[in-house]
Amino acid sequence: MSGIHLHYEVSGEDFTRAGEASGSVKKRLKSLGYNTDAIRRVAIAMYEAEINMVIHADGGYCDVDIFPDRVEILLADHGPGIPDVDKAMQEGYSTAPDNVRSLGFGAGMGLPNIKKYTDEMRIETTIGVGTNLYLTVKVNE
Amino acid sequence: MSKYFHSVELEEDACCGCTNCLKRCPTEAIRVHDGKARILSERCIDCGECIRVCPHHAKKAVSSHLDEIQNFKYKIAIPAPALFGQFNHLDNIDFVLNGLKKLGFDMVFEVSRGAELISEATRSLIKENKLSKPIISSACPAVVRLIKIRFPELCDNVMPLIAPMEAAAKMARREAMKKSGLSDDEIGVFFITPCPAKVTEVNSPNHAAKSAVNGAIAISKIYPDLTREMDHLTEIEPIARSGLIGIGWANSGGESAAMLGEKYLAADGIENVIRVLEELEDEHIRDVDFIELNACSGGCVGGVLNVENPYVAQARIHNLRKYMPVSMNHLNSDDLDLMMWEKELTFDPGIFRLDEDIMKAMEMMEKMEQINSGLPGLDCGSCGAPTCRAMAEDIVRGKAKETDCIFKLRQKIQNVYDQLGNTFK
Repeated sequence: MSGIHLHYEVSGEDFTRAGEASGSVKKRLKSLGYNTDAIRRVAIAMYEAEINMVIHADGGYCDVDIFPDRVEILLADHGPGIPDVDKAMQEGYSTAPDNVRSLGFGAGMGLPNIKKYTDEMRIETTIGVGTNLYLTVKVNE
Repeated sequence: MSKYFHSVELEEDACCGCTNCLKRCPTEAIRVHDGKARILSERCIDCGECIRVCPHHAKKAVSSHLDEIQNFKYKIAIPAPALFGQFNHLDNIDFVLNGLKKLGFDMVFEVSRGAELISEATRSLIKENKLSKPIISSACPAVVRLIKIRFPELCDNVMPLIAPMEAAAKMARREAMKKSGLSDDEIGVFFITPCPAKVTEVNSPNHAAKSAVNGAIAISKIYPDLTREMDHLTEIEPIARSGLIGIGWANSGGESAAMLGEKYLAADGIENVIRVLEELEDEHIRDVDFIELNACSGGCVGGVLNVENPYVAQARIHNLRKYMPVSMNHLNSDDLDLMMWEKELTFDPGIFRLDEDIMKAMEMMEKMEQINSGLPGLDCGSCGAPTCRAMAEDIVRGKAKETDCIFKLRQKIQNVYDQLGNTFK
C-alpha cells in the first residue's frame, strides 16, 4: 500500500507560524494510532527543520509520506545553502542572526537535534540554490 | 453504568441545537444530532467550557444535594479554597467554616490543609529526584484526563500525588474515626466544589479505584443556604488551620509558588493549557522543572460552579492571605505513601485513533483527506460537527453523511435541478 502523502508550504515571513506543518503531521499521526515514540521524534525533528527553513532560507515546502513502519520527510528550500555541512552538524555552531537568538533559537542545536531524533538523515545542499533535507523516522517496536 | 461517568450533562428540553458549545469544546466531544448537542462520552473531560458558554443553560453539572449527607452518621465538609473568594468583606475564613457546620456538618476540614501537605510532598519528591522532569501538576482532574486521552508521551510526567481534595478527605476521615469511634463507612466526606471535573473525580477517580470523598456539592448550590447561615452566626468557633500556601491554591500560580524556588510555569484556561502541553510534547519548553496547569482561567476560582467573577475572587483570596501564616500543616513522613497515586496514569489510545489496525486507519485517513478537500472549509458547525475536518472524520467513521453539510446539499439539489431542467428543455 502506498503511504499517506501530505504537502505543506512553509512561510518564511512569520516566525510564529513555524511549527504549523509539524503540528498538523503530529495530529494526523495521533489519529492513526501511530507509535507514540515515533510521533514524538517526527514532531521534534520536523519542528527544528521548519524553524531552520524560516531562519535561514525564507521558507520552502515540506513533503511528508506516512507508511505503517516509517515516516519519510523532505524539507526543501531555495535558501543560500549550507557552506560547511560538517560544521553545521556540530553542536553549538550557529549562523543565526541576533534577533533570532533573542527568541531562544539559534543555539546551534538544530541539525544535531534533527539527527538525534531521526533514523536517517541526508542533506543535499548547493550554495545559492538551496537545500533539501531528507529525514526518515522508523517505528521501533 | 456506562464506561465513563460524567458530571456534565445535557438538558435536552433547553437545548436548541445551536453551535455555541460545539465550537468551544476543547476535545471536540460535542455533536449536534437531531437538533440536540450530545456529548461523546469517551472524549469529554468535564472541563465545563460548554456550561460556561451555553446561552440557554442546557448544559449542566450534576452534583450532590445537601440532603445526601444524611446518609452518614458523621458528616464532614471539605471546602475548596476557591469558596473563600466568593464573599464580600470576608476577613476570616472561620465565618465560612462555621456557616458550613451550621448546615449540618459535624466537622469542617479545609482542602487548603490538604494542599499544604501535597505541596510539602511535592517538594520532598523533587528533592529526592524521584520524578521525571518537567513535572506536571496532577491537581486539576480535567487536565489529567486531557493528558490521558491526548498526550501519551506526557503521562509519565504527571506528578503521581493525589489532589488536595483527596488528601484532605483522608486526613479528615482519620481524625473523625479517632474522635467519634465510628467506622470508615459511617463517615461521609463532601467536597464543596468549584467545578464539574472534581465531581467526576469523586465518582470515577484517575488515581485510585475509589475516592475517599463520598460526594461533591457545587459551591453555587450551597451558596444561598451558606450565606444565610453566615449572616446569623452568633459565635465563631476557631476551626481554620490553613496557611497562605494552602489558600493560594485557589488561584493559578498558587501551587507553583508553594514550590519555593523551583523553576516553574503556571498556565490557566484550557486553550493555553493545550498549547503548553503541545509544546512540552515537542520539547520546546526547556529550563522549567514544574508545570502547573489549570483548565479554568484564573485557576480554581474560574470554575463554572463558582458564583463570583474569577478575578474578583482572585483579588479577595490575595487579601485573605495577607494575614495568614505561611503554612500550618506538615507532612508526617509516614504519610507520604498515603499521598501517592494507587495506580499509574496510563494513556487511553482508543479515544482519538481511527482504527486499531493501522492499515485500516491509513485507508480511513486517506478517504478523510479526500472528503475534507471537497468540503467548504468554513467550519460553520451547521452539519453538527465542530469543523469540516471533524465532519470528514465522522463520515469515515460512519457517523455522518456528506449531505449533512448544507453547502454539499445545496450543490446536490442544484445538480438535480439542472438535470431536470435539461430533460424538460
